[in-house]
Amino acid sequence: MFQQYMLLNTSARLYDVGFDTIVNFFYKLAETYDKLREDGLFFIYGPEKLPDRITIPKQGTLRVKYGFPVFQKGGVCMDVTNVEQAGIAEDAGAVSVMVLDKLPYDVRRSGGVARMASVRVIEEVMNSITIPVMAKVRIGHYMEAKILEALGVDMIDESEVLTPVDEKHHINKWLFTVPFINGARDLGEALRRITEGAALIRTKGEAGTGNVAEAVRHMKLIMGDILRLRNTLPEERIRVAREYGIPYELLDLTVRLGRLPVVNFAAGGIATPADAALMMWLGADGVFVGSGIFKSSDPRERAEAIVLATSMWDDPETVLEAQRMISEQKSMMGIDIRQLKPEELLQVRGT
Amino acid sequence: MRIGVLGFQGGVYEHVYMLKKSFHELGINGKVLIVKKPQQLHDLDGIIIPGGESTTISILARKTNVLELLREKIVEGLPVMGVCAGAIMLAKEVVDQVVGETKQPLLGVMDIAVTRNYFGRQRESFELDIVLDELDDKPFRAVFIRAPAITKYWGATKPIGIINYNGEKVVVAARENNKLALSFHPELTSDTRIHRYFIEKIIKK
Repeated sequence: MFQQYMLLNTSARLYDVGFDTIVNFFYKLAETYDKLREDGLFFIYGPEKLPDRITIPKQGTLRVKYGFPVFQKGGVCMDVTNVEQAGIAEDAGAVSVMVLDKLPYDVRRSGGVARMASVRVIEEVMNSITIPVMAKVRIGHYMEAKILEALGVDMIDESEVLTPVDEKHHINKWLFTVPFINGARDLGEALRRITEGAALIRTKGEAGTGNVAEAVRHMKLIMGDILRLRNTLPEERIRVAREYGIPYELLDLTVRLGRLPVVNFAAGGIATPADAALMMWLGADGVFVGSGIFKSSDPRERAEAIVLATSMWDDPETVLEAQRMISEQKSMMGIDIRQLKPEELLQVRGT
Repeated sequence: MRIGVLGFQGGVYEHVYMLKKSFHELGINGKVLIVKKPQQLHDLDGIIIPGGESTTISILARKTNVLELLREKIVEGLPVMGVCAGAIMLAKEVVDQVVGETKQPLLGVMDIAVTRNYFGRQRESFELDIVLDELDDKPFRAVFIRAPAITKYWGATKPIGIINYNGEKVVVAARENNKLALSFHPELTSDTRIHRYFIEKIIKK
């Protein structure tokens, strides 16, 4: 039974069509946006417009945008707040770092408005390490995103961990040449973000709690919905697409692939190597670890161990070895989600 | 024929797909294996080191004892294709465009010097049609993502792909006997010519 589940999962992370086919699909999706705009049906924010009729300019093409996250797969992206932490992350083998003003755990503690990190800190980190540098912007904040694009960060996370500035809408990500990450709790939410142009989806989990339960729930919801839709008729898929508020073609492509058409990472509450390996087992392409590392008392060993467990998740002996590298006494103190008030939840921001 | 793909991190499944497609097109009965442990390195006819983060891949390869054995196998003559991060791992000399010297563990088996992130960050990533020697005259759509460049080569290494980037000539593909280093990603297109070239010209000699 377990073996079967694992087989399903391992095959689910394999594209059974070439990357090219997926990119061509996204060109079509982008063209639809372009046409709607020409017809005056789509309001455009910000000073920049889409490239002229998608004629494949040299830089910032969709293939380049959607290709970048492919090379993050099987890796760990770590939240950092300064150059020193970024150095620890790089030495441990992180595939990228996410620069934040405060770790999600501290955002929770301090309250107030959480905004994007200082430009100076992001720049310092960019100049000190060789791996990609990402940063978070508030949901719907076009100007923070434009600033980070101008600064040259490798990827932007439109994140519910920061205070949203637009309660109704997310950023139209087709307007940017830098790829975007968005959080999702279920298949509908993930596909809506992809329709808006997200190049990487991460499960929302409940950031800063050290409790991986919500991330597990979200990953199972996404993978489960895809598997369930595999056995439905096209008319049912049309109904579901309408219910989700996304193009039917996107749902169809997702079901045919047996996975999301973009890279899918797990996030929210991952604190130990076992947590990371569990998320990979459930079908994630990689993991984001935030407070879990730098809120523990053994960040160096823990970072290394989580990198090892994420890559070698399908080999229990190596995961065991990774788990041996850390001590449970040094793990971050968790927060029980059931003790949080509904208004303290971060995952409900932006659907 | 058995070809391995070093599977720690990065665009692993994209290469698996392209290899399977190439086997199908060439009518070869081949097997593709994802390599993460030393014992999986035996009985391979060739190996691909995919794109990803070279620091991550090399740290994991060293920790799982794959790095040393892989180096031995390549020195003994195992055909290898290194793509992007893979090309960095093959190189004998590596520097980074921003931070300079790096201290990452490498294979260091090919007579090339590589500069990491040569073209800049993700913002400067690009795609371009290039013509490769030894392939044919038809252009190949090359995708460069935070790509390295081959800045020096010596010994038996010869450049097989040169692009014109902002007026300067940059080497982006090189071959040394049965070792191939590419700074762009052939697995992000549906064009299998480079994978077929690796199978037909480099492995089957």
